[in-house]
Amino acid sequence: MYWNTRYETMAREELGQLQLERLQVTVERAYYNVPHYRRAMQQAGVEPGDIRSLEDLKKLPFTTKQDLRDNYPYGMFAVPLSEIVRIHSSSGTTGKPTVVGYTRQDINTWSELMARSLVCGGATKDDVIHNAYGYGLFTGGLGVHYGAERLGASVIPISGGNTKRQVMIMKDYGSTVLTCTPSYALFLAEVIREMGLTPGDLRLKCGIFGAEPWSDNMRKEIEKKLGISAIDIYGLSEVIGPGVSIECEQKNGLHIWEDHFLPEIIDPDTGEPLPYGTPGELVFTSLTKEALPVIRYRTRDISMLSVEPCSCGRTHVRMRRVSGRTDDMLIIRGVNVFPSQVESVLLEIGETEPHYMLIVDREGTLDTLEVWVEVSEQMFSDQVRQLEAKENRIRAEIESTLGLTVKVKLVEPKTIERSEGKAKRVIDRRPKN
Amino acid sequence: MRVNQISVFLENKYGRLAAVTRLLGETGINIRALSIADTSDFGILRLIVNEPDRAYQVLKENGFTVSQTEVIGVEMPDRPGGLAEVLVALEQASISIEYLYAFLGRGPNGALVIFRVEQVENAIQVLKNKGFRVVAGEDIYAL
Repeated sequence: MYWNTRYETMAREELGQLQLERLQVTVERAYYNVPHYRRAMQQAGVEPGDIRSLEDLKKLPFTTKQDLRDNYPYGMFAVPLSEIVRIHSSSGTTGKPTVVGYTRQDINTWSELMARSLVCGGATKDDVIHNAYGYGLFTGGLGVHYGAERLGASVIPISGGNTKRQVMIMKDYGSTVLTCTPSYALFLAEVIREMGLTPGDLRLKCGIFGAEPWSDNMRKEIEKKLGISAIDIYGLSEVIGPGVSIECEQKNGLHIWEDHFLPEIIDPDTGEPLPYGTPGELVFTSLTKEALPVIRYRTRDISMLSVEPCSCGRTHVRMRRVSGRTDDMLIIRGVNVFPSQVESVLLEIGETEPHYMLIVDREGTLDTLEVWVEVSEQMFSDQVRQLEAKENRIRAEIESTLGLTVKVKLVEPKTIERSEGKAKRVIDRRPKN
Repeated sequence: MRVNQISVFLENKYGRLAAVTRLLGETGINIRALSIADTSDFGILRLIVNEPDRAYQVLKENGFTVSQTEVIGVEMPDRPGGLAEVLVALEQASISIEYLYAFLGRGPNGALVIFRVEQVENAIQVLKNKGFRVVAGEDIYAL
């Protein structure tokens, strides 16, 4: 099932030609309308006319989150504010927020891409889409909403929070597709169980989850607990929001909508483009965005691209699930640690709840990592040595995955905060220089 | 002949034991015997109560991690060497004891001790054959 057969299954050669035409227009628009891009391109000694093939993309300078911050709030817009019909913004938890704007045509494009994504993930116009992404400045809620309406599905704009009521509505209104963060999906599963319900009492068939990195084991857990098929969707507000890429039913990489975004993988240290099949940092150039064109935007997300044909018939390149954002990456005693690695180990062991918290601290000059894990009924024992044996097993497995000494602390259930949006998994108590 | 013991996971944190006992108190559950095993991080509270099934439910509903284990209640003469006689009997039968703790107060005919062993049925037979009184769960809950 495709939403837009022509574009989703376009031959790669034709797709490349389309990309080049659109790239040339984008670069020209950015150069003439955004002082930052003109300055950056002049410094790099490149002009719009130099872009004659897709190969020439690498001549263009990168754009970073810092560039967006430096031009806060509207400095990166390529159209006057009067043309802007919507403004979204990042939370700004890691610094000054970044502001993104959309023209009427941008909203149209985004709705098209989200409709495509929903269909690719298994939704149809006959579905009741329970949209529990947050509505507001965050792009998740409204992004999915507009795509679901474009598709013609029935949208429940429930947003986040009030979880018991969400379950009641899911049950009574017959929601068939759940859209939210994966951590909230797990929390919903927990509340469903606590309310004495089973997945059989609901009509959910699939879930489209994103906005935070999650592991394949987490997918299995969600699929088991909710009795659904769980699909990974990817996007970031700077590029457009959700709907940049999504898995098809193969669940083997996310198709990037290449008629609108040009992806690259680069070496995060040298900035050199890397060939297909090599992991590195994901970089996007927008091809159709009017309000906020982005040129070689560095996502900080680690992935890998594959152009192997997919049995779903879509010709668009697939990116490997993002294992972590370099922003989320912790450097502990010189070792790179992604919280999702710990999550994966816990789910692999299977007896623990996938709710965990990483506490990073410093004793003297040495970084320490403590992992809090909730004790499930399944792993609990009335005997200290059995419980300690389980604690030791968790510790050993995490240590062998991370290559780092850790301390595991068993905590009582529900002591780790449940998230209704993006989960908070790390408390870093190390002094900042 | 078996006694139902409730175990509760407790973090080593201020006020956790008080929280459990207060909850049981408020719901009218009486504690007959208890012991706590602790490490630097966590503790395991083991309880014998008058209504084990209800205690299990109440604790679970209030978010504690709880389990139920079968243990043995043995009555023994309340005099020097009384416990040793029971331990010798179990040792001779090669039954190892995971842990034990004494009852608050006494049984009808002497001191009461709770034993946690792996081979529950075997231990009950051994003790009965040696003439010790193994007290039924119902009798202990009703004490």
